[in-house]
Amino acid sequence: MAADIALIGRSAAQRQRAGSIGDVVFRALTFLFALLVLLILGGVIVALIDGALPALRTFGFSFVITEVWNPVTEKFGALAPIYGTLVTSAIAMVVGIPVAFGVAVFITEICPLWLKRPLATMIELLAAIPSIIYGIWGLFVFAPFVQQYIQPAIIDSLGQVPGIGALFAGPPLGIGVLTAGFILAVMVLPFISSIMRDVFETVPAILKESAYGLGATRSEVVRQIVLPYTRIGVVGGIMLGLGRALGETMAVTFVIGNAHRISASILQPGTTISASLANEFTEAFGDLYRSSLIALGFILFIITFIVLAIAKLLLLRLQKQAGG
Amino acid sequence: MDLYTRRRIVNGVVMSLSVAATAFGLLWLVLVLWTLLENGIAAITPALFSQMTPPPGSAGGLLNAIFGSVVMTLIATLIGTPTGILAGTFLAEYSRRSRFGEVVRFINDILLSAPSIIVGLFVYELLVVHMGHFSAWAGAVALAIIVVPVVVRTTEDMLNLVPNALREAAAALGSPKWKVIVMVSYRAAIQGMVTGVMLAVARIAGETAPLLFTALNNQFWSTDLNAPMANLPVVIFQFAMSPYADWQVLAWGGALLITVTVLCLNIGARALASWSTFKQ
Repeated sequence: MAADIALIGRSAAQRQRAGSIGDVVFRALTFLFALLVLLILGGVIVALIDGALPALRTFGFSFVITEVWNPVTEKFGALAPIYGTLVTSAIAMVVGIPVAFGVAVFITEICPLWLKRPLATMIELLAAIPSIIYGIWGLFVFAPFVQQYIQPAIIDSLGQVPGIGALFAGPPLGIGVLTAGFILAVMVLPFISSIMRDVFETVPAILKESAYGLGATRSEVVRQIVLPYTRIGVVGGIMLGLGRALGETMAVTFVIGNAHRISASILQPGTTISASLANEFTEAFGDLYRSSLIALGFILFIITFIVLAIAKLLLLRLQKQAGG
Repeated sequence: MDLYTRRRIVNGVVMSLSVAATAFGLLWLVLVLWTLLENGIAAITPALFSQMTPPPGSAGGLLNAIFGSVVMTLIATLIGTPTGILAGTFLAEYSRRSRFGEVVRFINDILLSAPSIIVGLFVYELLVVHMGHFSAWAGAVALAIIVVPVVVRTTEDMLNLVPNALREAAAALGSPKWKVIVMVSYRAAIQGMVTGVMLAVARIAGETAPLLFTALNNQFWSTDLNAPMANLPVVIFQFAMSPYADWQVLAWGGALLITVTVLCLNIGARALASWSTFKQ
């Protein structure tokens, strides 16, 4: 009898100890995997620097400011891809931001309640479509359309304006920097508009109602109440979209034309960092060639990291502000 | 024109522009899906699912590519899901306010939007260079690295929605914290966590860039995970860019297949999420 009680007592104590051992083990396990997230990022940085070192050592800083890209003579410069990356993303922002803003305003301010969810879902499905689908669509459907209708119109109108005409000069090829920028705009649209929508929803109803009570129209409420209140979040959303646009690969690779040169005209083919990587990496023979491509990747990583970090910091600030 | 009329006109113009923007966005979705159906449906034949990728100029299917995509997606999910869930658990249950947690959260969000081609380069340097050849394993690892941040994020978000009263009730019954997490928090958040995994699978199902330098491609049937393996996205890339009509048709077929899969996963995940027990 006494032995039985002792047995029960011991097993309870054992169970408790097992519980605390379980706690230590489980906590350590989850901690290790959280650490792994940091290690992935650290690994990416180390691997990219390690791979890029031969090229950076050979070319030094001039790598970033040279336009030449010649695998035969092994002279490499990153300027053309960097330029292409920045210009396509800029076009994407110029086209994408106003549209994303319009969509967000429609969904939060105008749309009837029953339509809100399905509409928001459909816009977000644009983000779900894989990049390669935009690529194949852009190559076979959109680029011919641009070549036949949009580019001739641009060349005839904007291309004739003195001064900025050079930006829109040249034969209509269909593929090129402008087409890539357009497709990027559609791809980043859902990201920007969903963040704008989220931050627009955080505006206290009482603020908007006060403005309506004073007789403001919808557009006045949006411009004078909603936008000032959500400014930080809107910029954060835009930066997030920009981060996406900078690193987007497949869609751009299909339609940009892959020419390592900087053309004055945005209608001409160009290349971006990610498109150069996608096109050339597996065929890059020679250590210096491969290393130069990895160096391109490293530059892309730094640019997107900075943009995404700013986006994240802005959105965090908004979150803290909303949380009190 | 008086002030009132002008304000009404401005309002009308701004609101119509907003409607037009929404219509423009939807138009793209419809256009892309329509062309996919139009061009892809002709390629959806039994041969697509039963024959290998052909050399140019002859008939064939995408069987080896479909198989490779499924295998690599599966392995990536099997690696990425537990990793993401455990890391997300740490963020939600052990470090809601700690400095370390904040850093991990920040880095994770950056990985979430980081260009996928960079992940491909990383795995190339990490595995392909050391193994000396491209392989399905490398492809799966690259995809797993894309899965992890998605799962971390949704796991954390979903665990944060679990009411603390549930945890406290379990703790009051004397259960150790790990048991509270596994048997109470996980159970309460399971729908949301499954949603996250589905979204992650949807994301990698169409990923191309990270596979280009890791799994590469393979024209033949291969089940060897240590060798290059065919996969739908890279086959689509190669076939669509080629001048051969047969190949382009197959590329459209593959594109339709991927899009339908991805959209079904996405819509399924959303439906599941909207049934979820806890809502914001």
